[in-house]
Amino acid sequence: MTNVHSPKRAVRSLAAVFSLAAAISLAASAAAAQAPALPGAPASAPQDSGALRVQVQGTLTDAQKNDATLESATKSVASQLRCPVCQGLSIQDSPSELSQQMRTVVKEQLAAGKSQEQVKDYFISKYGEWILLEPQAHGFNVLIYAIPALLVVGGAIFIVFIVKKWTAAGPVAAGAEVNADDD
Amino acid sequence: MNWKRATIAAATAAPVIGLFAWGLTRDPNNIPSPLPGRQAPAFALAVFSPGQGGLMRPVGETMRLSDLRGKVVVLNFWASWCLACRDEHSALSQVAQTYEGKPVQFLGVLYNDVPDKGRAWISEMGGQSYPSVDDPGARVAIDYGLYGVPETFFLDANGRVAFKNTGPVSPGMVRLKVDSLMAAAQAANVSAPAVATPAKDSSTPNAKTGSPK
Repeated sequence: MTNVHSPKRAVRSLAAVFSLAAAISLAASAAAAQAPALPGAPASAPQDSGALRVQVQGTLTDAQKNDATLESATKSVASQLRCPVCQGLSIQDSPSELSQQMRTVVKEQLAAGKSQEQVKDYFISKYGEWILLEPQAHGFNVLIYAIPALLVVGGAIFIVFIVKKWTAAGPVAAGAEVNADDD
Repeated sequence: MNWKRATIAAATAAPVIGLFAWGLTRDPNNIPSPLPGRQAPAFALAVFSPGQGGLMRPVGETMRLSDLRGKVVVLNFWASWCLACRDEHSALSQVAQTYEGKPVQFLGVLYNDVPDKGRAWISEMGGQSYPSVDDPGARVAIDYGLYGVPETFFLDANGRVAFKNTGPVSPGMVRLKVDSLMAAAQAANVSAPAVATPAKDSSTPNAKTGSPK
């Protein structure tokens, strides 16, 4: 009897693991998609600067702090904009001349007091939403985010449905399998 | 045949096949520009190649879009390292000559290149009838959402972007666009006082390059 139910347990375990993995994956995607901090939020600056920055933080002047914040904000915006002459690279990661020039524009606009959203809107007004590496979640674009989630939920429901069906038909199928093995 | 299963399979496959079929009808290299229909980004760029004949503008003169109000403007972004620019150069230059004396301004914009190389390229290509300006730092190119060369923008007499062409232009297409924009300007009775004719333009020849934005 124990042997008969082992495959069902395995399937149930598999379904549970699958559901857990899907939930973790969705949570991680949501966290990654969160907009980075705006310029003027100094808390974001030390993230990529490591321990060295913490050690010298006490000696940084206001100008240096502003520079670090500006650099961080520039990097944040540049990481979200697509390099127009590359394949799937951001202007932050691309070494192309146009990307370097676009990074300069980003930095200048941020230094002039524009918010990160305003800088992104500027590039969207020139290149369209194509310039964003991650499409904005509105209108037709919602499908891009909704379909994978729906597929995960639908897949989980489908697995549960199949497992229940197998469980209900278990003894007969198992008996048939045992008989087949005997043959 | 299990009709239920067949229906489910068809209902699942149809949207995917439809999506792929729709994708095949699109050119992945063609990125639609949001600019057509909008006011063209302003620019003020210095002439580095003067052009020829009646279309000539002095080297160093600052060309401003605001000064070209009332004219149809053909803005062609190019570079000496661009192979496709060679394909359209002579045709564009010849077409521009045919509009001499008309309210049309052809203007080349050098993209990510240095004027010396641009001048050498123009000389190698046998000259250019219309003037070309330098765009340091590609500021104007970015303002126009450029992602390659050649790209050509057709601006109407009111300074709005009417059409953008990616890749080499053909003479017929240029004439068609320019003629239609001229006809639209005449129909709308666009005021002409703001038009600065090249021969009578009193702009300072050595004007310092202005900031595009």
